[in-house]
Amino acid sequence: MTQTIRMRVNGQEHMLEVPQQRLLLDCLRYDLGLTGAKEGCSIGVCGACSVLMDGKVVSSCLVLAAVADNKDIVTIEGLAQNGQLHPLQQAFIDHGGFQCGICTPGMIMAAKALLDDNPDPSEDEIKDWMLGNLCRCTGYYKIIESIQAAAGQMQGKETA
Amino acid sequence: MNAFSYRAPETLEEALTLLHEHGEDAKILAGGTALIIMMKQRLVLPDVLISLDRVRGLDFVAQEDGVLRLGGLLTHRAAELASPVRTRVPVLADTYHHVATIRIRNMATVAGSLAHADPNQDPPATLLALDAQVRLTSMQGQRDVALADFFTDYYETIMQPDELLTEVRVPLPQPHTGSAYCKFLPRSADDYATVGVAATVRVNPATGACEDCRIAMGSVGVTPLRAPAAENLLRGQQRTDALLQEAAAAAQQVTDPISDTRGSADYKRAMAGVFVRRALAQAWQQALASV
Repeated sequence: MTQTIRMRVNGQEHMLEVPQQRLLLDCLRYDLGLTGAKEGCSIGVCGACSVLMDGKVVSSCLVLAAVADNKDIVTIEGLAQNGQLHPLQQAFIDHGGFQCGICTPGMIMAAKALLDDNPDPSEDEIKDWMLGNLCRCTGYYKIIESIQAAAGQMQGKETA
Repeated sequence: MNAFSYRAPETLEEALTLLHEHGEDAKILAGGTALIIMMKQRLVLPDVLISLDRVRGLDFVAQEDGVLRLGGLLTHRAAELASPVRTRVPVLADTYHHVATIRIRNMATVAGSLAHADPNQDPPATLLALDAQVRLTSMQGQRDVALADFFTDYYETIMQPDELLTEVRVPLPQPHTGSAYCKFLPRSADDYATVGVAATVRVNPATGACEDCRIAMGSVGVTPLRAPAAENLLRGQQRTDALLQEAAAAAQQVTDPISDTRGSADYKRAMAGVFVRRALAQAWQQALASV
């Protein structure tokens, strides 16, 4: 059985006819061609599939596309504006948070949700929020530094 | 995932009607963080999936007649942040905060985690120690059940196929009560606990002796467990290290853990003793500090 869903993805309206068991992650990747969100563990543990749904970071591998009906989805592809990288994206490049790249879209989406919620997080708050996003390169310190730098820049502070 | 018929009722009444109609062939989808995994693994194969995503009004937080009421569809994250939960029952806010990751807490609901009935979860232990009740609603009406009578086995509860868990009811702690949830996580911070222990202790403000207490443990049996013999040892007594040791030993007696990647059965039983002692010590200290 199929289901008609309407989603706003990265600001653009989509109407899709999908099988009822379609996951949001598969819908983004295969129906919309947005391959930034990755399938890692498939059980909501690794964070590679993190996207924002109505502003909240979720594991898109655990969300049915049908549940995303009428919701607002933001993926990594939606962050850059007019060819200008989002401060988090730029900070991940500048501070070595972007390593092999597999975890990066999920890391950045989780970090975006954090900074939307708490624009000036402490290091402990960053660690607590990000603990569900795994990096197999184990470059966690660089990722924390990248988030701190982006937070500073977004608040107009001097960055290291 | 196998195919199913997806239904998204707009109201509680519609949801209950669908549940009545489809009974055991249906599953309720709330946050989905547990159910979707079980469906992917083909452990659960519903013909009909009743999503509560569009049902409004079941994510409330209210206080009424000494009871903190949490709507079944309240997410863990919302419960963790709700000011009545933080101020009146801080141990519950703390427990929800320590569940898995922010992504899971953004979706998982307070009713869903109880209906899922996985004994490794955190909230059941704390809610048991708080003597919470759950409200089960069906087309026939509603009934309130003590959480202590709710869980029957791994992933099993007393809920009937046409019932929906619509509300969690937590009695507000009496004055001079302390509480703590202590979770042992030897692997990673988002893992299930090797053992999780919740304790509440109410003291006599004049003497500091324990007037009442409750101890609940997760991950060490087929359901979350109370430790009544250990609780009885404490009532009327002054706090001493020897007493806490004795209570911990009594609590260990009711555990029946399995060996898995989070520890051998013996290790879990040993750690249950350690964490019962810690949770009691913290709760008792907090109660004394409130005098």
